[in-house]
Amino acid sequence: MKQPKYLFNAGRMSRKDNTLKFTPVDEAGIEGQPRYLPIEQVGDLYVFGSLDANSALYNFLGQEGIAVHFFNYYEHYTGSFMPREYLLAGKMQVDQTKHYMAAKKRIEIARRFVEGAANNILRVLKYYDNRDKAKDLTEAICLIERLLASVPMAVDVPMLMGIEGNIRQTYYGAFDAIVGQTFCMDGRSKRPPQNELNALISFGNMLCYTACLSTIYHTQLNPTISFLHEPGARRYSLALDLSEVFKPILVDRLIFRMINKRQLQPSDFRSEVGGCVLKDAARKRFVQGFDEQLKETIKHRALGRSVSYRHLVKLECYKLQKHLLGLEEYRPFKAWW
Amino acid sequence: MQTVTGSLIGMYHICKRELWLHANHIRMEHNSELVAEGKQLHEHAYPQRAERYREIILDGSKIDFYDPYDKVVHEMKKSDKMEHSHVAQVQFYLYLLRKNGVEGATGLLEYPKLRQTQTVQLTNDDVPVVEGWIRDIKRIVDREQCPGRIAKSKCRSCSYFDFCYVEEINE
Repeated sequence: MKQPKYLFNAGRMSRKDNTLKFTPVDEAGIEGQPRYLPIEQVGDLYVFGSLDANSALYNFLGQEGIAVHFFNYYEHYTGSFMPREYLLAGKMQVDQTKHYMAAKKRIEIARRFVEGAANNILRVLKYYDNRDKAKDLTEAICLIERLLASVPMAVDVPMLMGIEGNIRQTYYGAFDAIVGQTFCMDGRSKRPPQNELNALISFGNMLCYTACLSTIYHTQLNPTISFLHEPGARRYSLALDLSEVFKPILVDRLIFRMINKRQLQPSDFRSEVGGCVLKDAARKRFVQGFDEQLKETIKHRALGRSVSYRHLVKLECYKLQKHLLGLEEYRPFKAWW
Repeated sequence: MQTVTGSLIGMYHICKRELWLHANHIRMEHNSELVAEGKQLHEHAYPQRAERYREIILDGSKIDFYDPYDKVVHEMKKSDKMEHSHVAQVQFYLYLLRKNGVEGATGLLEYPKLRQTQTVQLTNDDVPVVEGWIRDIKRIVDREQCPGRIAKSKCRSCSYFDFCYVEEINE
């Protein structure tokens, strides 16, 4: 089973025969005990610490189809090493492009992503609304439901993005009611996030984005041709489209759970000029929580089998592919629990 | 122009949708443990496989094990569940051989895990049948639209199962 590996410590990664060898190096430059990672067990590499590596390693990773995602000191996603495409399918590529080019086809898919995001947001809010009578989320829920109902009226992508923005704003406004005792939302701030909760959301969203990107890589979809977001520029924008649908379920739920269980506290953060960031130990805990979340399984209603949350992302790619091939209309993943 | 290969003949006899998707390079085999198992079998089932077996390529189709002395095509399969499609695949290889001037070759289907083998022939009457498959495959693959799915019970172990059957269920 291939699993993502997260590298928090500084060190050197190298190829040793057909294995990866990681040698930690401490601040004084002294090498520690090397660790070996059999290549068959490595999914993607997530690099948070400072990593030394040479081209021989990247050639090896490329050959094995392993991506490397980099995060800087402030935990911002800075980029990925993506291996050569290995699942090219001309027909799929042409169909994906056609659906982007035709405004009417594009908006149809874009609307679905917003619907998916809104439905999963509502699922999260309703859960917290039911759980504790003291928290009143009904107003936010009603407003998001109204905004969701107006999605079919959006005639172009900018208008749709406007509705999506309002949904998000209402949603983030409700965060205080859920975790307000420990943290304060105080509006959504990015680049850099200004407080703890914003730092968590940004960090979680990046993890979700990279998980979507890796999944797309293992399908015939082109990650740069997107429908809701503008394609290509700076980001693999199809991964942004997909992550809209999964962020509430994969990231926000995890944030609420970890805060409410006091696994994350205000002392786990430090404020810097570059914004607010998670301290090392807390970041490790959060990444671990995210990884466990992806591995957790649910019984899929249409397939009749247990599937992991990570696999749900792949299934979303399949549904999109079927839509693009004209087999079945794409309907976004809707959490039912 | 699509090259018709042994795998496509096999798929043609099982599922037209799989045939279309595979031929259009929309492939799922890299996700399937069953496919990986089949590959393992191919590589390790007969470590003593005689030197004289050759891998040959005829009209773009690959025959993994061909014995040019006894003129026997060997084809290895994991289980005999889809036997009719295995027979068709070997008959197609025999057809290719005949077209390339090799008369009187026979086929041998091998099921190492079941410890069984089965011989396959290509009679004069079979030739137009195989040619019909080839024409039909080209017609299906060149269609713009992907064919529909077949009855679910057959699909459980297919590497396209998740692709074909995933959908959102209304509440």
